[in-house]
Amino acid sequence: MVLVYINSTTGLSKAALETVTYGKKLGNDVTVITNGSASADQLANLGEYGASKVLVDRSVDGEDPQQLARLIASVADQVSASTVIFSHDIYGKAVAPRLSVRMKAGLISGAIAVPEADGSIKVNVFSGKAVGFVKVTSAKQIISLLPNSIQPEKTASTCGVEEISGLAGNSSIKVLETKKPEGNIPLPEAELVVSAGRGLKGPENWGMIDDLASALGAATACSRPVADIGWRPHHEHVGQTGVAIRPNLYIAVGISGAIQHLAGVNGSKVIVVVNTDTEAPFFKAADYGVVGDAFEVIPRLTEAVKRFKANQH
Amino acid sequence: MNILVCISKAPDTTSKIAFTNNLTQFDENGVQYIVNPYDEWYALVRALEIKESIGGNVTIVTVGTVSDEAVIRKALAIGADEAVRIDADPKDAFFVASQIAGYAKSKGFDLVMTGKETINYNGSQVGGMIAESLDLPFISLATKLDANGSLLTLEREIVGGVQVVEVQLPAVVSCAKGMAEQRIPNMRGIMAARTKPLTVIPAEEVEDLTNYVAYQMPNAKSSVKLIDPSNMDELVALLHNEAKVI
Ligand SMILES: Cc1cc2nc3c(=O)[nH]c(=O)nc-3n(C[C@H](O)[C@H](O)[C@H](O)COP(=O)(O)OP(=O)(O)OC[C@H]3O[C@@H](n4cnc5c(N)ncnc54)[C@H](O)[C@@H]3O)c2cc1C
Repeated sequence: MVLVYINSTTGLSKAALETVTYGKKLGNDVTVITNGSASADQLANLGEYGASKVLVDRSVDGEDPQQLARLIASVADQVSASTVIFSHDIYGKAVAPRLSVRMKAGLISGAIAVPEADGSIKVNVFSGKAVGFVKVTSAKQIISLLPNSIQPEKTASTCGVEEISGLAGNSSIKVLETKKPEGNIPLPEAELVVSAGRGLKGPENWGMIDDLASALGAATACSRPVADIGWRPHHEHVGQTGVAIRPNLYIAVGISGAIQHLAGVNGSKVIVVVNTDTEAPFFKAADYGVVGDAFEVIPRLTEAVKRFKANQH
Repeated sequence: MNILVCISKAPDTTSKIAFTNNLTQFDENGVQYIVNPYDEWYALVRALEIKESIGGNVTIVTVGTVSDEAVIRKALAIGADEAVRIDADPKDAFFVASQIAGYAKSKGFDLVMTGKETINYNGSQVGGMIAESLDLPFISLATKLDANGSLLTLEREIVGGVQVVEVQLPAVVSCAKGMAEQRIPNMRGIMAARTKPLTVIPAEEVEDLTNYVAYQMPNAKSSVKLIDPSNMDELVALLHNEAKVI
């Protein structure tokens, strides 16, 4: 039996659908456990991605990993789950390790594919400079799936939803304030990313990056020095010491392609590099390269994207 | 405040990553080890700042062999008061967390801090596992931490934003960027580190739960296709028709 945890406080994210799809690929009987306020109808739709049943505890706000670990462990026990799946987001990072200890189940963090024939699972290691194959040596296993590693697949129809409560105990974390910038696409989940570095010369020049990103429907990212000097917020910093991402498309503008930067982005399916310097190391990791001045190339690219989008309709 | 900071070694970020033994083992040949940047830049430095402002003691702990003592001395040079090395080859995150929890259990630490992940295995597992083993609250990916008596106020990353939370000590916190600024050890620190206490304790018998069976280098990209900078329509067409990403 496979148990999938999703957080549905803000509806059903693509990452949530990916985890349910992943669960279905691992076992026929998939139970989803969730907390939060998504409607029963919304949750029933998880059946389409492979859930046979959804359990929801509306009394748990999901802010305390300890509470969630208690809840998920009890449910895992009740449904005799031998595999528990998370998305490798803050829940995969905060709750899955607790659950691993509680269930004595090996934890595979950041899976990027379904299990191999020998049962091992592929993960990024050395911040994306290599991949490793991890096997669990315990009877039970926990897997956290890196967002955007597989695509959600609809295979069945809606399923039953059951309300549960009383398994989670109290929360010991008090939330004072939540700040979520509106309208932004969270970087780890983004399929398209436009990223810029020191080649942009100053924060005032990011308008053209934002324009390109919004024309594409992409998230924005940056290199480390740019976040360090405060041109861009820290959460946009990608690389070995920032966020590791694997979007379908990564456009790098005015970024040299230092090894620490590449580490966080070379899992991207397609990389486009725009740089004035033919010798920039990033070109070696790129699929498409444009040798040119970002200040001329990017507005031109944005116009080309807009023309393309206009023709699509 | 009595703080425990968990330190891991990690290969220097410029290390060439390679594997030996039929791609089953990390090739340590020529690899320089550093203190894992998240542990050093954020967890350790913030612990020192707290100690400097309200007093207390900062202990660092690592699960490792005698060859890791250079990395431990570096962390002492930055300012930790004392170090503990649990003498074992770290097998997996569960093994490491169980050792650290076993050590910390009877020591009465107010706060246990880790980096958000190591830059070699990137698991983000040890902090949460220690918290569960010690039955303490866990705040992951914290970007700010302030202590006020027995109350901690933290900022932490959440999906698509940040959150301000409060928790009672004792607690376990994993630290991410924003928490503190890197400190470069000075000569005095380096000299002092040589004589600071480094206690070696034996490891407990703990099984591991996971095992890396093989590694692979990512597929090398075929050579880059250069596009004329004046023809961005061509790039868009390639991204649509050939790469199929837009
Ligand atoms: C321990 C450690 C960890 C690190 N972790 C990270 C990390 O996680 N992420 C990260 O990004 N870095 C990291 N770094 C830093 C990394 O080594 C590089 O210094 C950094 O990535 C360089 O950023 P950049 O490419 O924006 O700037 P630069 O290296 O200065 O490159 C700027 C580029 O812009 C180009 N350019 C200039 N003008 C234009 C123009 N008009 N149009 C187009 N192109 C132009 C230049 O040719 C150049 O290639 C780390 C370093 C260390 C030591």
